[in-house]
Amino acid sequence: MVTMTKTIGVLNLQGAVREHIRALEKIGVKAVSVKKEEDFDMIDGLIIPGGESTAIGRLIREHHLEDRLRQFHQAGHAIFGTCAGLILCSTDDSHQTQDLRLGFINMEVERNGFGRQVASFETKLDFKGIERPVEAVFIRAPFIEKVGPGVSVLAEVEGRIVAAEQNNVLVTAHHPELTDDFAVLEYFMKKVS
Amino acid sequence: MSERVVGTERVKRGMAEMQKGGVIMDVVNAEQAKIAEAAGAVAVMALERVPSDIRKAGGVARMADPTIIEAVMNAVSIPVMAKARIGHISEARILEAMGVDYIDESEVLTPADEEFHLLKSDYVVPFVCGCRDLGEALRRIGEGASMLRTKGEPGTGNIVEAVRHMRKVNSQIRTLQTKSDDELMTFARDIGAPYTLVKEVKELGKLPVVNFAAGGVATPADAALMMSLGADGVFVGSGIFKSESPEKFARSIVRATTNYEDYTLLAELSKDLGEAMTGIEISNLAESERMQDRGW
Repeated sequence: MVTMTKTIGVLNLQGAVREHIRALEKIGVKAVSVKKEEDFDMIDGLIIPGGESTAIGRLIREHHLEDRLRQFHQAGHAIFGTCAGLILCSTDDSHQTQDLRLGFINMEVERNGFGRQVASFETKLDFKGIERPVEAVFIRAPFIEKVGPGVSVLAEVEGRIVAAEQNNVLVTAHHPELTDDFAVLEYFMKKVS
Repeated sequence: MSERVVGTERVKRGMAEMQKGGVIMDVVNAEQAKIAEAAGAVAVMALERVPSDIRKAGGVARMADPTIIEAVMNAVSIPVMAKARIGHISEARILEAMGVDYIDESEVLTPADEEFHLLKSDYVVPFVCGCRDLGEALRRIGEGASMLRTKGEPGTGNIVEAVRHMRKVNSQIRTLQTKSDDELMTFARDIGAPYTLVKEVKELGKLPVVNFAAGGVATPADAALMMSLGADGVFVGSGIFKSESPEKFARSIVRATTNYEDYTLLAELSKDLGEAMTGIEISNLAESERMQDRGW
């Protein structure tokens, strides 16, 4: 299998880092934690995990990782953002904020779009490019209000976009890493070259 | 697509997983909540008084006025937690109805029930509870807690009890790893924990939910210490807004929690912070003033 030789980094500043590493290892991918600039040198793809987007964004800046992240993206490497990672990867031009937006994928985001924690839910999600519905856990999840040119919508919950891709960037509002359904992660691995 | 299902174990425990590596800060108004959010807090705990003021005020400490909790919920986009008294079903249901993101069934407040904790699995909202050892941790999980924290000794600015509780839980997990399967029932009896959870912890080699440090964290070095002892994250109660420069303290504690092994950086973060909150020596507390002995 081609994916066996690939190394995926999980941005390790705050959030569900351990779960992503566990999931990657379960499908036979080498997973490493990424905390410093030089950590990017040894990875073929990157996962920006769920957590609090304000906290992670702030820590990216304080660790001076913003430029390195942009270089990594411009070099055409695959990037997968889940939940907070989705928010950080977006352009999100319609919201005025001091918080970090990396702009890797052209879309507008509604943070906590499904409501507070008591409205957090799980469901089976139809996902374009994956044959059967995937197990999906949504936690104070955002949704994608609209996507720009070049972005493909991959999944929706009651008309709200919850997964999309643009070139080598994949984003989901849900947390595949909290389940034992690795279909979305395997879908991401196809982007890693 | 199939139906949305709310309040599942995965959704409740998952919420706590998202907080890992972060700092949860006690706040008493919207302004403090905004300072906490800007400093990089992953959540805030909305209270009427921070624990050190609860100690000073004495009397019965109850759930905060909903006005304060609502003001905090409206002020920030990060999750908002609130405290209910141990065993106080109605306070917990009120907080759930208000839509708070997490309830702390907390010994910082005066217990409403000295015998029974809440049946937390009955609620859609997730709960965090304090623990001093593995037995207490597993009893709370058995009742449905989705997240744990050390009890420590709240409002003292003294880390010694949080250290004791974190070490105790982790040491008991290591002892459990060495037990053979036919010894587990006796182990479960000795620590007063549900047998099925004892088995699960032996298999996992860790607790099935995240465990934060709480109760006495006053400085960036305290936060780093708790992370190096295996905490998944840190609650800071009185430590921030009872310090001389809350914004600086808040930012430094957040960075120290992420970089707990970078000692050069920790030295930088500890510089020129001004006065930390005034600490209390635990042995000077009367038995009735020890909050950690509330609950069982």
